[in-house]
Amino acid sequence: MNATGWPKFRSLNQEGIVFAIAVVLFAAAAIGLPGFIDPNNLVAIVRSVSVLGILALGMAVVIIGRGIDLSAVAIMAMSVAWYLQLLNTGTSDGLAFAYVLAGVLAIGLLNGFLVAYADVPAIFVTLATGSFVFGYVRSQLITQDAVPVPQGHWVELLGGLRFLDIPVEVFVFAGLAFLFFLFLRYTKWGRYIYFAGDNPVAARNIGIPVRPMLVLRYVLSAFVALIAGLLTAASLHSINTRVVNSTLLYDIVLVAVIGGIGLSGGRGGVRNVLVGAALIGILLNAMTIIDIPLLYQNLIKAAILLGAIIVDGIINPRDEQTAQQGDI
Amino acid sequence: MKLIRRLMAAATALAVTAFVAPTFAADDPGPAAYAQALKGKRVMLVPLAMGFDLAQGWAHYLKKEVDAWGGTFETRDPNWVVDAGAQAITDAISSDTRPDVLIIHAPDLNSYSKLMKKAQAAGTYVILVDNPANFPADAFVGSDWDRLGQLEAEAAIKGCGETSSKKIGLVQGDQANSSSLYQYAGIMKVLDKHPDFKVVAKPDSNWDATTSRNVTTTMLQQNPDICSIIDFWDGDATGASAAIRDAKLDGKVFLVTTGGGEKAADCDKLQDGTYGAVVMTDLARQSGDMNAIIKFLLQSGQPAGTSHTYIYTLEKATTKADLKPDSCWDLKALQAEAAAK
Repeated sequence: MNATGWPKFRSLNQEGIVFAIAVVLFAAAAIGLPGFIDPNNLVAIVRSVSVLGILALGMAVVIIGRGIDLSAVAIMAMSVAWYLQLLNTGTSDGLAFAYVLAGVLAIGLLNGFLVAYADVPAIFVTLATGSFVFGYVRSQLITQDAVPVPQGHWVELLGGLRFLDIPVEVFVFAGLAFLFFLFLRYTKWGRYIYFAGDNPVAARNIGIPVRPMLVLRYVLSAFVALIAGLLTAASLHSINTRVVNSTLLYDIVLVAVIGGIGLSGGRGGVRNVLVGAALIGILLNAMTIIDIPLLYQNLIKAAILLGAIIVDGIINPRDEQTAQQGDI
Repeated sequence: MKLIRRLMAAATALAVTAFVAPTFAADDPGPAAYAQALKGKRVMLVPLAMGFDLAQGWAHYLKKEVDAWGGTFETRDPNWVVDAGAQAITDAISSDTRPDVLIIHAPDLNSYSKLMKKAQAAGTYVILVDNPANFPADAFVGSDWDRLGQLEAEAAIKGCGETSSKKIGLVQGDQANSSSLYQYAGIMKVLDKHPDFKVVAKPDSNWDATTSRNVTTTMLQQNPDICSIIDFWDGDATGASAAIRDAKLDGKVFLVTTGGGEKAADCDKLQDGTYGAVVMTDLARQSGDMNAIIKFLLQSGQPAGTSHTYIYTLEKATTKADLKPDSCWDLKALQAEAAAK
């Protein structure tokens, strides 16, 4: 990436490779698959990766700062499940939302505090808090895997919202992507995240508040997870906590990493998330139209990811400097 | 005197018969044998997870009966994780309080086969519930999934009608779970007899509602004139119904699914038109079958693993037209009943 933020044409990086694959797939599907290019199908593609993309935005900010948030899916599902459970048992909407918001922020703060001040590796902290959130909410606060949205509640109405026949998730995803873009590119703290991710010790030495910023990132990620959960419940009229056991978490990391956000931190941005989400969206949609069984879908998805990583490894070989950055 | 003696003897005889008669009635050997065979026996249920309607319903009805005959009822919650279920079964077999009857809800055809064999070798009766497995358990209680698929297909054909596009979409579960595989086989059997009806797409949901929504959206996008969709489980059919709602095809696509017959999950959604037909498991009866076979096995005296019984639950496709107040059971009511104790 150069100063203007656009990829250099002579050295193709992973983002460029994945973007190229996405374009090729898109063109092939547009020609080969009837109905693929239909505007409604294109909207459906974006929508199908909206929640995934929103979660990946939160994950991207954490990864750029050289961390990882494995509790995102647990926070997403359990916070909303608890919220709906409170509503179903008669708690007033305002109070229920206040509880849940406080809970979500508390988990974000806990994640950030343990990583920033207790110096526990992020991968362990968030793995543990994710399990804790799931276990505590599932066993103590809700009675069922699936919690329905009460009839006529605003979450249900949110799911039916359309502008120009485009579902609300798409706008939320676009809006959040734009906000994250502004934050990462134009705010001081946004820029600092790159410094802290690239070299935390140097960042701290020049006076950047590395630790408070770290806490902020985990809070941000938790908050974004709550939004993703509300959108999921809005669309399905219920939330199923089984999603915590699914591969969603890996898909989030996949979207971020396949788009070119290095797990070693300090690299990437919102555009990488969009590229990653586009590839996954096009791929899944095309495979569903062709009616490929799920087992093969996973295989193809994995093969493309592996291919992108290998090509990136050949074009951009690791040198001593990047190897020292402390990969996960 | 003679007369008095005779009278007294007669009176005594009468008195004796009068006293003896009720003792004859109390001598029914049944209850004592029943109590002796069952008292203190342990029953354990290991479902796929405790967090969904079927498992909670089974646990409710089983506990009620087991408590009543003086046994101990326990559950384990693997929370959809196959390994955790295997661990729970292993621990149960090797513990001091090894269950006398183990009721297993198998995640797929093969995972628990060795463990179930071990359990039987240790003397524990193994009952499979809901999902069949490649293992000769002492009893299988649950749906004949092939038959269930046939019922779904028949309901879909009826829901479509003769004048429709005759295009049917399937949202399968996965390619490992027996309930999904046999359900598919059953559906195809019926559709083979109706060659004018075509399956236009058959994606998997992996039992996830969001995936079900996404694949159904694509399916409807490609074939807007689909007249019926069969989603393989009510746990993820909420996603298929969301896709139908979003495509503004409510009332035009007849959604068929299957579930545990819980009120909020099935009957309410038949009532509001979300589902066109649901093949529901009669949970109370299915639990009753389990209770009966448990009582039979514990009294039979036969070693575990010697007999293999299949008890298929009577299934039927319910539509809004034949909904009755007792078509479903109410999980909330069961939970309230349990909480009140």
